[in-house]
Amino acid sequence: MPDINHRSPKEIMTLSRLGSFYQSKLSFLRSFIREFKDWEFNKDLFELDKNGYGTAVYSVKKDSRAYSLVCFANELNSTERSDRVIATKWDAAFVLHDGIPTKDDIDRLKENVPKQEVGRVSYKELALSRANKSVRVFEHTVDALASGRQPDENTVKDVGYLYRTTAVYGSGKFGLADRYRIKERSEICGPFRLEMMLVYLVRQFTFDQVNHMAKSRNPTKAVKLSDDIARNLGIGNSTGLGMAPFIVNHPTLLHNWIYSREDALKQIRSIQKVEIKDFDKFKECFEKSKLNINTWKTDSEYQTNKINILIKDLEVFEKNYLLDYEFNENFLWNNLYLWIEKELSEEGIEYIVSMLMEPYDNIINPLVENMSSEEDLYFDIPGERLVSNLINIIKNNYSNILDIDFDSPNEIANFWFISKNKEEPRVANRHEEEGSELEQPLAIARDVSKLFKRLKDYESSKTIAEFLMTNNDLRHAVRRCFIIEKFPYSEIQDNTIGSQLVPIDMLRLKLSFFGAQKFDPRSDKWLRINMYQGAPLINELKNTDDTWIYNRL
Amino acid sequence: MRTSSEIETISKRATKAAGFPWGIAEEVGKNIKNLELLGVSGVENLNRYLELVKGVETYGPKEISSENKIEPNSFCPFYTGSALLDSANKVEEIKNLTLYSIDFPILLIPFINRLSDRIGKKIKLQIDERSFLLNLNKFISSDSDLKGLIIENARIVKIEVQENIDSFQNKVWDQLYELSSETFVEETDRLKENAAGAGLADND
Repeated sequence: MPDINHRSPKEIMTLSRLGSFYQSKLSFLRSFIREFKDWEFNKDLFELDKNGYGTAVYSVKKDSRAYSLVCFANELNSTERSDRVIATKWDAAFVLHDGIPTKDDIDRLKENVPKQEVGRVSYKELALSRANKSVRVFEHTVDALASGRQPDENTVKDVGYLYRTTAVYGSGKFGLADRYRIKERSEICGPFRLEMMLVYLVRQFTFDQVNHMAKSRNPTKAVKLSDDIARNLGIGNSTGLGMAPFIVNHPTLLHNWIYSREDALKQIRSIQKVEIKDFDKFKECFEKSKLNINTWKTDSEYQTNKINILIKDLEVFEKNYLLDYEFNENFLWNNLYLWIEKELSEEGIEYIVSMLMEPYDNIINPLVENMSSEEDLYFDIPGERLVSNLINIIKNNYSNILDIDFDSPNEIANFWFISKNKEEPRVANRHEEEGSELEQPLAIARDVSKLFKRLKDYESSKTIAEFLMTNNDLRHAVRRCFIIEKFPYSEIQDNTIGSQLVPIDMLRLKLSFFGAQKFDPRSDKWLRINMYQGAPLINELKNTDDTWIYNRL
Repeated sequence: MRTSSEIETISKRATKAAGFPWGIAEEVGKNIKNLELLGVSGVENLNRYLELVKGVETYGPKEISSENKIEPNSFCPFYTGSALLDSANKVEEIKNLTLYSIDFPILLIPFINRLSDRIGKKIKLQIDERSFLLNLNKFISSDSDLKGLIIENARIVKIEVQENIDSFQNKVWDQLYELSSETFVEETDRLKENAAGAGLADND
């Protein structure tokens, strides 16, 4: 038996590696589909005018449980349409309601949901979102359908969605239910499952809306959007820096996500005899997935380089491994992994790691159940531990970052802050902009490095409680050190404030776990993605195959 | 109604803005959320305290002992609570502690409640003439009406770790045990022979 271990956090938790992650069977939108495929989906209300403005309600039911998406489509002047977080109006606003809303609920939500951050919802609501049309594709699609024909496939393929969301909020924001109210429900045990439900239902609304508008424009000639085209439309999403602090602020959750991926890989590599059906499934998904890379469009030089590296990696893999492997050898997956680790870049390695999971429901499904976290359980600092213990924890878990020279201006070039006007995270140059005195505690590497220096000058036999009585300015860093001792994948092992920081690497990590594809960076600080492209339509859910993500136009 | 998530986030940020370190602000965010869930005026006490100390130096103990004073100043409930919680084992060992002059002592309660949970023992907290019993971070009982209670300063705060002792007499326990044994089946010789997993000769 070869010596197969989890990959080291020092290797995996760097920004460049995390920024090379891809969707996988563990991703939340795929686990949402698996969990809800047997539920009953209905369109309960659809009161839109001929221009597509009005209210709609979709419900998802099983036994005595129901969730409802309440949609409000509004008229929006084209000059007011903006994906930026500073926008105050959108083409449509959505809320996920717990149960079936009454008329009073809908009236209440109508007053508040279109206002988003300045409105107020209640504990009866679970997730909140808004979205703007892709003007080009939306108008083209309605025109085509009203004229009795399907939209041009190339136009649709170029964009890949009719609407893109600009934010999806959950868990206690703007009056939404706190997670503790609903966390015991087994169907939503995976992270962000309600947000995934909201986006999936929004996708259905976009199809119903274009069909309705086309029919209103030309009742006799209009046709419905074909299932094949609809299936290959997802929901776009513009994502900014808000996601980056999330992964720093939720260390045990981050660990559980990454650990699940690493444990899946370890279990797969440990399979002694790979069955031929499983190897065929891997090859089938690999082949189909390559088609998606060809339709991956971006103007970003950064992303284009990454895509080119990936394409080259996959060519090398096909030519030098897939044409020359020995199927009957023991530990085939482990041998394959060792080969890609030696021969490919981080992009290629992580792409194939995702692909290796495809044949193994039995390994992946139990891991998905462990991807949430009870963070409060690990919050308290064990003050009785000794300073010498903490020094060892830092040496063992943060050795990568102890080498960084934080006295160098380049290594502290950036600072993270919350903007006053939108209460959203931002990152700016410390040496050029004002406000660094209000820096958010996201420079963990710098603060742990500072803590390490101070601990070395402290009596090692003293307790942490004694140390903290005069060093509370580093309390947040002390807490994290005791968390990483139990959760080794809880920390980014890199400098999050250096001049070389590419914030979208942090976004890509999170978005890959969402199941997003076709990352399209619009700068180093925000990007567009597509969710649910290729996903089964509501009427196809019951018979869906989990590899739908590789279906494309 | 404000959600727990909002209360925690805003309390944390406000505490940082008033001049406390992030690590302390994180503690306060959790604590105010807990106080509000328990029906105690966390937000109101926090707001009043932060108004008082914004930009002003505040003080915690430099060590934990049975008698704690910081004359001529008053103790800050955040630094004091954190120090007590971090020193949970020592507090359990000392058992009876007195703190002289502490500002907004209601804000100390969630720290002591968490301390109670940490050591697995109830703690009696005496804030001047008011008495509170903190039970493993599960609930608080008090001889005072906690709703809307704001205390700007306490002259004396006493912390008394309660030993885990039964609240009932042995006689009562025996009576209850007798009743519970009515769920047992009387063993016949045959049952003794056939129904015991380890058998009769379990000392082979």
